[in-house]
Amino acid sequence: MTKAILTAAALSAALLSSTALPLAAEEKTEFKLAWSIYVGWMPWGYLETSGIMDKWAEKYGIDVEIVQINDYVESINQYTAGQFDGVSATNMDTLSIPAGGGVDTTALIVGDYSNGNDAVILKGEGTLADLKGKPINLVELSVSHYLLARGLDTVGLSERDLDGVINTSDADMIAAYSTSDVEAVVTWNPLVSEILATGDKANSVFDSSMIPGEILDLMVVNTETLADNPAFGKAVAGAWYEVMSLMAAGDEEVLTELAEASGTDLEGYKAQLAATEMFYDPAEAVAQASSPELPGTMTEVAEFLFDKGILGEGAPSADFVGVAYPDGSVTGDENNVKFRFDTTYMQMAADGEL
Amino acid sequence: MRLINRIPSRPTAFALAALPFVLVVIAYAVASDIRLTANPADKLLPAPSTIGDTAVRLFTQGDRRTGEILLWKDTWASLIRLLGGVAIAATLSLVIGMGIGLLPYVRRTFSGFVAVISMVPPLALLPILFIVFGLGETSKVVLIVIGITPFMTRDLSQKVLDIPHEQIVKAQTLGASTFVIALRVALPQVLPRLIANVRLSLGSAWLFLIAAEAVASDVGLGYRIFLVRRYLAMDVILTYVAWITLLAFLIDWGLRTLSRKAFPWLEAGL
Repeated sequence: MTKAILTAAALSAALLSSTALPLAAEEKTEFKLAWSIYVGWMPWGYLETSGIMDKWAEKYGIDVEIVQINDYVESINQYTAGQFDGVSATNMDTLSIPAGGGVDTTALIVGDYSNGNDAVILKGEGTLADLKGKPINLVELSVSHYLLARGLDTVGLSERDLDGVINTSDADMIAAYSTSDVEAVVTWNPLVSEILATGDKANSVFDSSMIPGEILDLMVVNTETLADNPAFGKAVAGAWYEVMSLMAAGDEEVLTELAEASGTDLEGYKAQLAATEMFYDPAEAVAQASSPELPGTMTEVAEFLFDKGILGEGAPSADFVGVAYPDGSVTGDENNVKFRFDTTYMQMAADGEL
Repeated sequence: MRLINRIPSRPTAFALAALPFVLVVIAYAVASDIRLTANPADKLLPAPSTIGDTAVRLFTQGDRRTGEILLWKDTWASLIRLLGGVAIAATLSLVIGMGIGLLPYVRRTFSGFVAVISMVPPLALLPILFIVFGLGETSKVVLIVIGITPFMTRDLSQKVLDIPHEQIVKAQTLGASTFVIALRVALPQVLPRLIANVRLSLGSAWLFLIAAEAVASDVGLGYRIFLVRRYLAMDVILTYVAWITLLAFLIDWGLRTLSRKAFPWLEAGL
C-alpha cells in the first residue's frame, strides 16, 4: 500500500516537474528571447513590434519570439533556468548569474557600452573623495556597485571607508534621493538624468564614461542552442543590424517609437543615447569584442564578483569561471569555460553575408 | 457507515497530517533531480542535500568580512521591526476600537474614516512614507502599522458593539462610570479578540515587512532574500523561507498558548 502511494507520488511529481525541465539544446525552429527596458536594449522591443524580426526569421525558416520582462534580474534568472534561449544582459551579470550558474552562454551581439549612463551622484558640492564616511544607496551587487568600486579605486578608497552601502530598489531610487538621510546614490539612466534634472544639489562625481568599454550591454544566448542552430544566430544578427542602420541614419519614426516605449520623449531618448556608445556598425561591435582590453576588464569584473561572494556557489577563486575570446584565448579556468565572446555572426553582418 | 461518521484512528490521523508535507518534499526532490541531471550546476531547484548544507552554513558560519553570522543578524533586525509594528498596531487598534465601540461621538467621527482607510493599498503609498519618515527603521515599522491597524480597529470596534446592551445598562445601574465600564466590562471581552486579531494579521505584517526591506535596507530577512535573488541562490532563499515560516508558526503558537492560559473561560475559538 505505502509502496503504491510512493510510486503514485513519484509519478505525479515527475509529471509536475516535466514542466520544470530546462530547454534542452537540439535543432529546433522556435526560439525565445527576453529583454528589459534600458536605452541600449529598446531596439529589441522594436524588432518584435515592427515585424523586422519576423521577416528575418522567416528568411531562415525559423520563428523567434522576443518578450519584454519588467524586472531585469528576473529576466536573467528566467534565462538561466532555461525558460528563454537568450536574454539582454551586461557582461557582469552574465558572468555572475548564468555563467556562474553553469549555463554555457555566448555573447551573440555586443550592443553598446555605457558611456555615462551609470553615475555616482553626490548631494551637494564635492568630489568622489568626499564619499568617505557617507552611506551610499544603490542596487547592491549590480553594475552600479561595480562602478562604485572602480570609482573608489581611482581615489584610493575602498568600500570599508564608507558608512556602508544600503540596498535600494531602482524603482524607488528617485523617491529615496529626495529624503534627507540619503547623501549619495549610484544608479543608471533614465534615473540618472531624472535625478540630475530635478534632484536638489545633485552632482555627478563619477560616471561610466571614465571607465569606457567596461560595462558592456549584450544579447547573450545559450551556447549549445546557438551551436546547433546557426540560423538562429544569423536571423537575430541580421534583424538587429537592420534596426541599427535605421537608428544610425537618425530615422525619427523609429527613434520616437523607442523613446515612447522607454517612457520618455524623443529629446530624452536622444540624451540617453548620447551617454551610450551604441555600435551601429557591426564592424565596431566586432572590434569591441576582439579588443585587447576586454580580457583585462573581464578579469577585473570576475575579481569584483568573487570579492562580493557571488561568482557561483562554491567558487574557490576569482578565476573559477572561464571566459573565452574571439581569438581563442581564455581568462579564468580553461576547463570551465561558461562565457564566450563570439564575433562570428556580427562579422557576417559586417561582411553583408546575412 | 456514513462517510461523515468515519473518524481516523490516532496513528492514521498522524499519517494523514504528514502526507501533504511528504508529497511536497518528494515532488521537490524529484523535480530538483530532473533539473540537476540536465545541468549539474542548476541553481533553480538545488538538491535537498545542498539546501541542508547551506542551512548549516548560514546558521553557524560568520560572514567572511565581518565574522558575524548574518542569519541571526537578519532575524534579529526583522523581528524587532515586526514585533514593534505589530505592538503599535495592536495598541492603536485597541484604543481606537474601544472608543468607536463605546462613545457615539468618537464613532461618528472615526467609523467612516477607518473604513475608508482600511481600503487603501499601503504598498502604493511607499514613496510618500519614505519621504515623510525617511529610509530608516521608522518607515518600515510605519508600513506595518498602516497595513494592519485599520482592519484590526474595525474588527475590535465591532466586537465592542456586539457586547449585549443589558450588560452596559446593568453596570450603569450599579453606578459604574464610562471609564469603569470600558475597563471592567468591555476590555476583558475584547482582549481575547485582540490576540486572535494579531494572529490573523501576522501574515500581512510579514508581507509588509519583507516589502519594506526589499526597497531600502542593509539588514533583514527580506533584504537578504532580495539580495541573493540577484544571482539566483535558491538554496539561500529556500532556507530563509523555511526559517521565516518556522518563526511565523512559533509566534502564532505562542499567541495561541497565551490566549488559552490568559482566558481559560473562553473556549479556544481559533
